[in-house]
Amino acid sequence: MVKKALQSILMPLIAIFISMIVGGIVILITAKQNPIYAYMALFSGAYGNLMNFATTLTNAIPLIITGLGVAIAFSSGLFNIGAEGQFWIGAIVATYLGYQIKGLPWYLHIPLIIICSMIAGALWGGLVPGLAKVYTGAHEVITTMMMSYIAIYFSHYLLEGGPMMDKGTIPQSPMIQDSAKLSILVPNTQLSSGLFIAILAVVVVYILMYKTTIGYELRAVGFNMKAARYAGINVARKLVLAMGLSGAFAGLAGAVQIMGVQYRLYDSFTSGYGYTAIVVALLANNNPIGVVVAALFLAGLSTGAQEMQMQTNISGQLADVVVGLIIFFIAIEELYRVIMEKIKTRKSKLEPVGGQE
Amino acid sequence: MNLLSIFTNPYLWASTIAMAVPLALPAIGGTFSERAGVVNISMEGIMLISAFVSVAFSAYFHNAWLGLLAGVISGILVAYVFAWAAAKMYANQIVLGMAFNIFASGITAYLFNAIYGPEGTPFDTPKLPDVKIPIIDKIPIIGQILSGQNVMVYIMFVLVVLSQWFLFKTTVGLRLRAVGENPEAAETAGIDVVKMKYLGVILGGAFSALGGAYLSIGVLNSFSPEMSSGRGYIALAAMIFGKWTPVGSFLTSLLFGFATALSYTLQESSISKNIIMMLPYVVTILALIGIGGKSVAPAADGIPYRPKK
Repeated sequence: MVKKALQSILMPLIAIFISMIVGGIVILITAKQNPIYAYMALFSGAYGNLMNFATTLTNAIPLIITGLGVAIAFSSGLFNIGAEGQFWIGAIVATYLGYQIKGLPWYLHIPLIIICSMIAGALWGGLVPGLAKVYTGAHEVITTMMMSYIAIYFSHYLLEGGPMMDKGTIPQSPMIQDSAKLSILVPNTQLSSGLFIAILAVVVVYILMYKTTIGYELRAVGFNMKAARYAGINVARKLVLAMGLSGAFAGLAGAVQIMGVQYRLYDSFTSGYGYTAIVVALLANNNPIGVVVAALFLAGLSTGAQEMQMQTNISGQLADVVVGLIIFFIAIEELYRVIMEKIKTRKSKLEPVGGQE
Repeated sequence: MNLLSIFTNPYLWASTIAMAVPLALPAIGGTFSERAGVVNISMEGIMLISAFVSVAFSAYFHNAWLGLLAGVISGILVAYVFAWAAAKMYANQIVLGMAFNIFASGITAYLFNAIYGPEGTPFDTPKLPDVKIPIIDKIPIIGQILSGQNVMVYIMFVLVVLSQWFLFKTTVGLRLRAVGENPEAAETAGIDVVKMKYLGVILGGAFSALGGAYLSIGVLNSFSPEMSSGRGYIALAAMIFGKWTPVGSFLTSLLFGFATALSYTLQESSISKNIIMMLPYVVTILALIGIGGKSVAPAADGIPYRPKK
């Protein structure tokens, strides 16, 4: 048990370490700068002072909430890679209700938006891909990806001369009402009380997955679908539920981003949070607490990369390079096993069994 | 605007074919890969890398053909790493694909900035030639559609036919398909499963790379970050809708190319181009859930296989 926990922490750490070294080599060759100096700029840009840390936290909120959703699907053995689209759908619903509904007090307006955007995300992520998987065997990787693109084009349609476009020529929606805005926690930053929603979501998912029968059944399905079916679990229903929950959290994240940071929808409103959330869940090994750590790390990487770009002139896209490498080095976990075995066999050759002199 | 006049416009059909190239080539590439049992969603990333490498070499040596060659080699190298991780390390192929796509989008944007800066690639970068076909060129309408296209269009036509023949009429093609359907049986029959997976993925990389090079030095003579803009994913859709065959992938790519060409032509009309752009994805979902004939993936697609020996 302890060994397994250690492994699930060690693996990402090794992957991060190797990726940083490779990234450092890229810096050395292409920018001819000291990688250590660049990484220090990145680190201080991410966590160095209150303002930077608040920005990192702001970027971490959508990653945490969406990452939780992706992790639920992963634990149930499903690959929801359409979180980006579910995020958009949640954001569309939140924006629409945010500017359409007038005169509600915030304590009604905000919960209403949250519920509706979660339902929308759940339907988008759960209904079509989940039902298609259960009834026709259509692979959720393809369906969620296709649904994601449909959502993105749909939002562009709404904004570019469509029904949600604000007056004027810029493709953006009207601003949401004040009663739909989450309050700002740190002045002069974008860190909103969405942070509390994220923390609450972590607690809820933790309890759901580890302390309830439904969570146990979801994980059982992910662990061994055949055994779960044999144990009397309605696997089909659990799969649809897992996709639905997954989509619901992505939808919630979209809503929180609108209510807490952007206040209106425009073409490039997400910075690919839905895609990064997959990396978050992967790094976290689907553990809700791990999701927080992974989200803080990845958000820090993107926040810090901007600071690094200003200080050292090294392009911030290096962060993506490092993230891609991290996932790669996690995916090839077999390599570590092979290396470990090689070391073991060499050791056993050096020390003959029985300890003879 | 008269709707009928849009469809009699040869330009629409010419650009349908032109738009199909960067979909059909990676779609056929994906077909090879998945027939060998490896799901490779990194066609998008390989296209980007090849697009960048092609432009860089074309600009440096002032020769578009050298650019194309370098692009294809880069695609093969990337695919080789993918094949190693998928076939030898039994890595989750979807996770791998994501890793490659994120890496590709980062490294190309990073190198583009580091090498060319804000001015972008040089203006005098050579592009692959457009080709006038004698005789056909003289035929009205048909000539306008089929002649004068970029050389990659004609390369694509040849590759479609070659690929279909290779996959369904040759021994190697048969072995490749056997590995994707039932690796245990294939291994028992003496087929080197790992080698076939390498072959499928590397062919996939080479074809995707051709598609990527077409974007940067076929249509244009420049590169911009994210210029593949999701074509690798539409190619995936084209492959599925084309039922994992080269000819099917090509025909579906034509259909999707038509949707794209139409969305540009209709820009002035009342139908939003964004609605038309959704069509390929909607169509793919419908195909997957079995409307319009079931599309069935190779049985062992995406499942890492550990050789018994």
